Amino acid sequence: MFDNYDIIVVGGGHAGCEAAAAAARLGSKVLLVTMNLGTIAQMSCNPAMGGIAKGQIIREIDALGGLSGIVTDHTMIQFRMLNRSKGPAMWSPRAQSDRSLFAAKWRQELENIPNVHFWQDAVTGIIVKSGNIIGIKTGYGIEIYSKAVIVTSGTFLNGKIHIGSKSFTGGRLGEAPAFGLTADLLEYGIESKRLKTGTPVRVDGRSIDFTKMTEQKGDEQPGRFSFMNTPVLKHQRSCYLTYTNQKVHDILREGFEESPMFTGRIQGSGPRYCPSIEDKIDRFSERERHQLFIEPEGWSSNEFYVNGFSSSLPEGVQYRALKEVPGFEHARIMKPGYAIEYDYFPPVQLTMSLESRHIKHLFLAGQVNGTTGYEEAAGQGLMAGINAHRTINDQEPFVLKRHEAYIGVLIDDLVTKGTNEPYRMFTSRAEFRILLRQDNADTRLTPIAYELGLADKERMMRLERKMDIISDIQHYLAVTNVEPQTINHYLQGGNTAGILQKTKLERLLLRPQVSLKGLIANDANLARFVHAYSGEEMFEECIESTEILLKYAGYLEKERENAEKLNRLENIPLHESIDYLSLHALSHEAREKLQAVKPISIGQASRISGITPADISVLLVKLGR
Amino acid sequence: MKNYDSKDTICAPATAPGNAAIAVIRMSGEKAIEIAGSIFIPRKKGLKLNKAESHRMFFGQVMDGEAAVDEVLLTKFVAPNSYTGEDIVEISCHGSPYIQQQILKLCMDGGARIARPGEFTLRAFMNGRMDLSQAEAVADLIASNSAASHQIAFRQMRGHFSDRIRALRSRLLEFAALIELELDFSDEDVEFADRAKLVALLEQLEVEVTGLRESFATGNVLKNGIPVAIIGKPNVGKSTLLNAILNEERAIVSEIPGTTRDAIEDVISIKGVSFRFIDTAGLRESQDVIETVGIERTYEKIRQAAIILYLFDVSETSLEEIQETTNDFRQHLGDEPKRLILIANKIDLMEEIPHHFRELVEWETIFVSAKRKENINLITDSLLDSVNLSSQEENHAMVTNSRHYEALAQAAKAVEAIKDGLEQHVSGDLLSIDLRRALHHLGTITGQVTSDEILGEIFGKFCIGK
Repeated sequence: MFDNYDIIVVGGGHAGCEAAAAAARLGSKVLLVTMNLGTIAQMSCNPAMGGIAKGQIIREIDALGGLSGIVTDHTMIQFRMLNRSKGPAMWSPRAQSDRSLFAAKWRQELENIPNVHFWQDAVTGIIVKSGNIIGIKTGYGIEIYSKAVIVTSGTFLNGKIHIGSKSFTGGRLGEAPAFGLTADLLEYGIESKRLKTGTPVRVDGRSIDFTKMTEQKGDEQPGRFSFMNTPVLKHQRSCYLTYTNQKVHDILREGFEESPMFTGRIQGSGPRYCPSIEDKIDRFSERERHQLFIEPEGWSSNEFYVNGFSSSLPEGVQYRALKEVPGFEHARIMKPGYAIEYDYFPPVQLTMSLESRHIKHLFLAGQVNGTTGYEEAAGQGLMAGINAHRTINDQEPFVLKRHEAYIGVLIDDLVTKGTNEPYRMFTSRAEFRILLRQDNADTRLTPIAYELGLADKERMMRLERKMDIISDIQHYLAVTNVEPQTINHYLQGGNTAGILQKTKLERLLLRPQVSLKGLIANDANLARFVHAYSGEEMFEECIESTEILLKYAGYLEKERENAEKLNRLENIPLHESIDYLSLHALSHEAREKLQAVKPISIGQASRISGITPADISVLLVKLGR
Repeated sequence: MKNYDSKDTICAPATAPGNAAIAVIRMSGEKAIEIAGSIFIPRKKGLKLNKAESHRMFFGQVMDGEAAVDEVLLTKFVAPNSYTGEDIVEISCHGSPYIQQQILKLCMDGGARIARPGEFTLRAFMNGRMDLSQAEAVADLIASNSAASHQIAFRQMRGHFSDRIRALRSRLLEFAALIELELDFSDEDVEFADRAKLVALLEQLEVEVTGLRESFATGNVLKNGIPVAIIGKPNVGKSTLLNAILNEERAIVSEIPGTTRDAIEDVISIKGVSFRFIDTAGLRESQDVIETVGIERTYEKIRQAAIILYLFDVSETSLEEIQETTNDFRQHLGDEPKRLILIANKIDLMEEIPHHFRELVEWETIFVSAKRKENINLITDSLLDSVNLSSQEENHAMVTNSRHYEALAQAAKAVEAIKDGLEQHVSGDLLSIDLRRALHHLGTITGQVTSDEILGEIFGKFCIGK
């Protein structure tokens, strides 16, 4: 009944979708197996994509030829560029999505790729032959064969949902968990652990009094995630802010003795940076209120997501506490908040290409690797898809470095350090975040992706055009003077000194108070020059990038030099055959960790937790450096 | 650095080469005790070296087959409680180079090899017996010529300096965390870092880093010797004076050739404090040759020295001339505190010592006869007065290593940049670049950051067997 596939993808979430799309578009014949074809690309948590560090990841996925950015652009109901007031490294696109449109668009995108096939079934085991995975076993008792398998099963493996003192099995609320696969992987020496995450109540919008909340609108000029010509939002829906209070906290405390967290019924660790509301009031009891962020679930949906109110307390306690929050006095809950425990496989068991060290051609991506977040999952899925395809075609693994992409930071962190709590990306995890901006994801990654065969010709041509325009404007600003009488009015209006003689535009742009748009608005010659490009579809982005490149040139140069230095350590390879256990000069801890991780370079070794500089020196001495 | 095979047993003299009363041969490695056992016959009958207690000294003979080479004291250290963290044997023998050669040869016959420069310390470092700044301090300790520099090196080796840097670094880390917090969580309901507090913390950091940097001047001077310049017109007896001082102490440590042929320095140790007489080449030339020390060169010496000995022929020099000259020098003393001591030479030519000079010039004046070596001890006493060792508080961290100094200077620059950034309301992501830079530079001192260049530089500095 089934052909022999190149790659089987297990799971249809963000990781699975990107993995299937990437592998198939590179030429592999892909079968996507999921327990429910109706919930492909279902957003389990809040209906939003992007945010700080995460928005950058989506831009990177798009620049690499992934689809998350395009899908988001087609289905968003609000767009905001966060952190505009901070430096360009911090600008982070964030979108509210229409939950059902998002899933539908992903399904459509996948169906548009001819060599992606679908099969609805539960995967209960794998088939291994002499250390290589060669297929899967399903709940229907079918065996399907392939050259590689990518597991992206999210929170479904032995998923267990907790609400108050009740607990039941489930992968998401209302959906069955997946049994069997974990146990089968353990047979081959793979280790699994438990993690926990939570989600808040969903409330009927018809019962919310939004006048008691603060409205948060989208940007007046909404941007996009994709570097391609995706549609721009014309209308947007708002989000709302409100706050808890002491009364809310008191009611929640009443439920503590029934809390699965506090009674110890949940064993897995939850994310420290995304705590449940009961965790927040327990650990930060001095705070009088906590912010809640109310997100609409779609254009026409009346379901609202109460971000910040994640809880596994009894639904009655959640309900009574919520009703004390301004705007929720008459709230009707549609779904209770809950906590979910699930299996993950500590990612130090993977290589940099996300392939298992225990079973060849088995790849893992997304929440099964201990991450949280759609973006982190999608980024891994894309890389696993690319690498699975390359591996079965005997090509070198495709690994992004830490100074090249957040995706590189993500995978390096996972594989090198592992994680004991759900791993979320932060900009501070990147050493050189000013190089990893959302505006330059395409210049960083599209040329590489084009070479890989994932970014198409059109994408590459758009990048080249963009680079040309930026370089033209840069050149003009570098060589062209502006007269005092032309520009002093603008300068003084911005509280910066006027100029006494004609000055190069580029120099003026270095002042914090001066913007490129400001110069264009006041210097007719400049305006005329850039007007020639104003018809370009990417015009706004070009202006933005030009300004960043000129304004922060000093910082960028410095950081590039530093990245170069770091890269030298990255380029000292450590061969897989090194037997660390025999290096007695290393501490006992270092020996075991190095043996487990098998770093590919001195740079990676230095980032393993517990590896001291003395250990690194020992390795360098060993290598004769 | 070449590939060191850490499995080898290594040996080398641990004492300076040349004739001395005793010498110590050190051997470290897995086979050290076995090799020593095969060449050493203890006086005490029945004692087996491999079974003997650690950290004990044994009297006996080193044997070359049937022939006794020397009577020695042998000390045994069992891993990991030894300098290198490996088994170590130290053999104290008589100091003749021949005996040392013989013992080393016997060790090598037994399977040891001669240690490469710095290899003992490299092993100590690799076995986690010391951190980077401690390892560097060992190099300093070995090279230290005076009691004062020995003290600094010893304190640094015990980790005072790295503790201080670590403490500074952890406070900077806290600061960095605060900035990162408001960057990564700006869309959430977080309280922002109090900028005023951050500025206060930075200022504190600046004071500490500056303090450590300034200690470099003192620390370096104590380590390398306090620079002293002897200046004066031709034929006033500078060379005779230098020789008189050197002879007085009979403690010439070395002649250090500098970067240019002329820049010869003589270092002497007076009661454990090193003094470095700079640019003494000119002074050493024969009296017949007309000295060609130009005035520019004199100024240069004044600039370099901490103590300036201005020598004049008291029998031929007028008070006005001295006042004129010292006023002229004053212009070139610069900002740093320096001492100018007037040395009135050739009192042997005078019938009476013109003590009234003392009241008439504002500078300390010492009357000597370099030729007859009269009152030279007054000069050395005066030099010693310049250094009040007791003021160096026992636990005061001091920077003596130029790489540390450079790192602190870079860290200070970064801290400065952070402060500027805060003043100009630069955004946190840009601030954090300088923050990370500061952390990085402080980390290069304690070894929290590593690169092969640093290690190569450090271990290249070590002398064999030390």
